[in-house]
Amino acid sequence: MSGDAVADPRSELVSPARVPIASGTDVVVARQRGRELAARLGFSGSDQTVVATAISELARNILEYAGTGRIEVGVGHRGSRIGIVVVALDAGPGIADVPRAMLDGFSTGKGLGMGLPGVRRLMDDFVIVSEPGRGTCVTARKWLI
Amino acid sequence: MRVPILKQGGYLIASIQSALSDEDLLQLQDDLAAQVGKFRSRGAIVDVTVLDVMDSFAVRTLRAIAHMIRLRGAQTVIVGIQPEVAFAMVQLGLTLEDVATALDLEEGLAYLDRWIRPGAHVR
Repeated sequence: MSGDAVADPRSELVSPARVPIASGTDVVVARQRGRELAARLGFSGSDQTVVATAISELARNILEYAGTGRIEVGVGHRGSRIGIVVVALDAGPGIADVPRAMLDGFSTGKGLGMGLPGVRRLMDDFVIVSEPGRGTCVTARKWLI
Repeated sequence: MRVPILKQGGYLIASIQSALSDEDLLQLQDDLAAQVGKFRSRGAIVDVTVLDVMDSFAVRTLRAIAHMIRLRGAQTVIVGIQPEVAFAMVQLGLTLEDVATALDLEEGLAYLDRWIRPGAHVR
């Protein structure tokens, strides 16, 4: 698909699970997919929970700010490391001031202002690309060991 | 799936049975607020033992439930937050603020007994 409004990050994902996000039920499905993959990769129970929580929060951001979007979870590689990669894509309004959105306590929505900085703390790598009027793409990774 | 609410003495016990959709949680909020009045309950316990994720929405809703029940004249205790869930909540920066928590159902009941009937339990 080429309809994504922001740069397509999926090249690094090997057969990702794609979950469209449009309702609270989709949020639950997305985090369950993530937990399943994390378990298959051998992540500990607490890391599975961390990954599932991060996915839940990213999916909520999509619902809250863009209305609809998509979560993808797949396997990532970097050198000899293997890990789980979570991509959250939407074609929503985008974030005008990304550094500000990454500050704890800042939120323009009805959330707690924890979403993005919290996800960054939960995961090992966190990259956000956003263009006002076009959408947002968050890529977050957690590595095994 | 709707969360079953049991009445035990003067308390209500909402025992979450599976992963909850947002709608289920909001339904629980309405059900508990109504039943506190119906049964003239003095305390409510929400057992979240089976929840494998508590994100900002879940935490916000649980806080709202506890605050609403307090306005109805009763006390709420959240019990059963799993260690890995607690870990993820702390990393995410989520807190239940002034909402009471207890390790499990037994501790939750003991907490309500102490809170609602001070002196009733002699240790």
